[in-house]
Amino acid sequence: MNTRRSFLRRSALLTASAASLAFATLAAGPAAAQAGPDKIRIGWAVAKTGPNAPGVATTVLPNYKLWVEEINAAGGIQLKSGKRVPVEVVEYDDRSSSEEAVRAIERLVTQDKVDFILPPWGTGTNLAVGPTFHKHGYPLLAATAVTDRAPDLVKRWPNAFFFLGTGHGYGEALVSYLEQERKAGKIGTKVAMMSVADGFGVDLGGAARKVVAKHGFELVYDKTYPVGTQDLSPMLNEIKALAPDVFIAFSYPPDTLGITDQAKVIGFNPKVFYTGVGTQFPLYKNKFGANVDGVMSLGGIDADDPAVQAYFRRHKEVTGQEPDRFASPIVWVSLQMLQQAIERVGVDRAAVSKELAGGTFDTILGQVKLVDRQWPKLWWVGQWQDGEFRGIAPTDRAGARPAVIPKPAWKP
Amino acid sequence: MLIVDVLLAGFTLGGMYALIAMGLTLQYGVARIMNLSYGEVLVMSAFGTWFAVTRLDWNPVAVLLASLPLGYLASWLIYRVLMMPLVRRSGAGPALEVDSILATFGLLFLLQGVLLLAFGGNYYSYSYLSQPVDILGSQVAANRLVVLGFAAAIGLGLYLLLTRSRLGTAVRAVAVAPRFAPLVGIDVWRLSAIAFGIGGALVAGGGTLLSMFLPFSATMGVVFAMKALVVVIMGGVGNLLGCLVAGLMLGFAETLVARFVDPGLTLAVNFALFLLVLLLRPAGLFGRVAR
Repeated sequence: MNTRRSFLRRSALLTASAASLAFATLAAGPAAAQAGPDKIRIGWAVAKTGPNAPGVATTVLPNYKLWVEEINAAGGIQLKSGKRVPVEVVEYDDRSSSEEAVRAIERLVTQDKVDFILPPWGTGTNLAVGPTFHKHGYPLLAATAVTDRAPDLVKRWPNAFFFLGTGHGYGEALVSYLEQERKAGKIGTKVAMMSVADGFGVDLGGAARKVVAKHGFELVYDKTYPVGTQDLSPMLNEIKALAPDVFIAFSYPPDTLGITDQAKVIGFNPKVFYTGVGTQFPLYKNKFGANVDGVMSLGGIDADDPAVQAYFRRHKEVTGQEPDRFASPIVWVSLQMLQQAIERVGVDRAAVSKELAGGTFDTILGQVKLVDRQWPKLWWVGQWQDGEFRGIAPTDRAGARPAVIPKPAWKP
Repeated sequence: MLIVDVLLAGFTLGGMYALIAMGLTLQYGVARIMNLSYGEVLVMSAFGTWFAVTRLDWNPVAVLLASLPLGYLASWLIYRVLMMPLVRRSGAGPALEVDSILATFGLLFLLQGVLLLAFGGNYYSYSYLSQPVDILGSQVAANRLVVLGFAAAIGLGLYLLLTRSRLGTAVRAVAVAPRFAPLVGIDVWRLSAIAFGIGGALVAGGGTLLSMFLPFSATMGVVFAMKALVVVIMGGVGNLLGCLVAGLMLGFAETLVARFVDPGLTLAVNFALFLLVLLLRPAGLFGRVAR
């Protein structure tokens, strides 16, 4: 098992121990005499290999690294006593397997005896490890889980927090937003939808399917495809022939790239072009350049907000890569909240959970208090505009941009 | 044009399947190495191409020309250095298959680890030749056509080489009867290394071509290896023409079902077809039952 601990852990250990050594020499007298821990042990088990690895590498791990780096650079988390306590990391690879993730979490609790555990990536894995977090009373800050069951789960697991909303939320918000645009005469009623036959596509596709008719749209195409389908051109050719006003794909990153590529090749340019996870990734813009303009998806950011800009800059500096424009900022605010909760109540898991549930936190997305232990401020719909993926709905939120409809034509 | 759409999609997808399987069929069919790290080599070549194209500003076609000999050399070396001791120990008998599976399984993790270290777990992608080509009123991406052309050229070219040349005859002799080939003066080990190397060149070329239109990540190798294995077994182990036919069959089945039945059933149809072929012709479409 020891071999699985990566060298990141070792380097984090080194940094942490160096920091604590420096601290010990600096603050030898009175601080050392005070009660309280001399380090906070943080554990995580995320997918460094397997099909979930790209999601982890894009959204989760850079944030975790940045968080540890910033805390330890400042000398540690400042507890109520005024003492700064550095963070030490224990890391495992869950190899994209739920069983492995559960085992690793058990191990973090019982053998490594970490103080807090940061969550894995993705809806499925978060739900899989939920009972284990619950059993041991560890707060679960599920920042990358989109699930319709979130409102029920927070009742069942008093230490669980959900940050990325429900499939229903995204589906309903998208279709009701489109209804406004239809009433404004910008689009017609024909909607074509394709979704990946996996958690994300099933949830969001199901949610959208239910409300399409209610908002006065007609679903002219509605099919699912298996995960890992390498050629989506037959579906897109068929959809193009139906000439829909609105195209929606609840897709995963490789499909999102493939769909966009193929739409460009066959000149399929509906008034609303919406693709799923991956649209918000820096990779998407790198690949398609100016052609991203007008593409819609879930998530978004207020790119003019100085706090968001500062976060983007730090992320780039420390990890060498840009964050995505959907879940990355949300993962970051969940970490900010955890840190502030520890600062307020100390290394006491029950008290931290209580503080997370009831406290107000100062984040890069403003002053926020969770509602029923769920993050209340999400961008449901976003759109690439002027090289940035900006939030467009909810339309009454500060920083919301009006959408560009119809989408501009593909450039060669 | 519905028919042209379906034909083009079937041909291009099938061509891609055939392309990624051809290298494996040579390595497994002739050199008797069940190369489990096959997918990793493919992805490695894709990453190499990505690096050369985005960082060094190479043209992907130039990278393709470079990756073929590089792939040959690297695979030939792997055979001579890593596989040779196994070949000697097993006398190229049935034990070689088991041993080579274990050895290349290790190689799989080694290569994947190197890729993860160098590139991390992220998806990578760049754009090349994704302009539409108009064929009888249907648009198809130029890069997919290149892949199809390449698969057809390699498939037919190597088929002719194997059936019409002296070297090819020797290679076939090794594939069919490795124990008796030395009796007619064939250096089995040298030919096996050459076949393994040619297989490696095909994988490397395949990786370069795939990177032109598919996003890839360091951990995606196994997806391609699985697909390649299905095509190889369906077409008959060691048979390049079988690869081409099996790949095209799968491509067409997927396209037809996606367009006329339901895209959700493409995987099911793939495996149904695979089972059907195995039931009717257990040695594959072009395979010979007895060796």
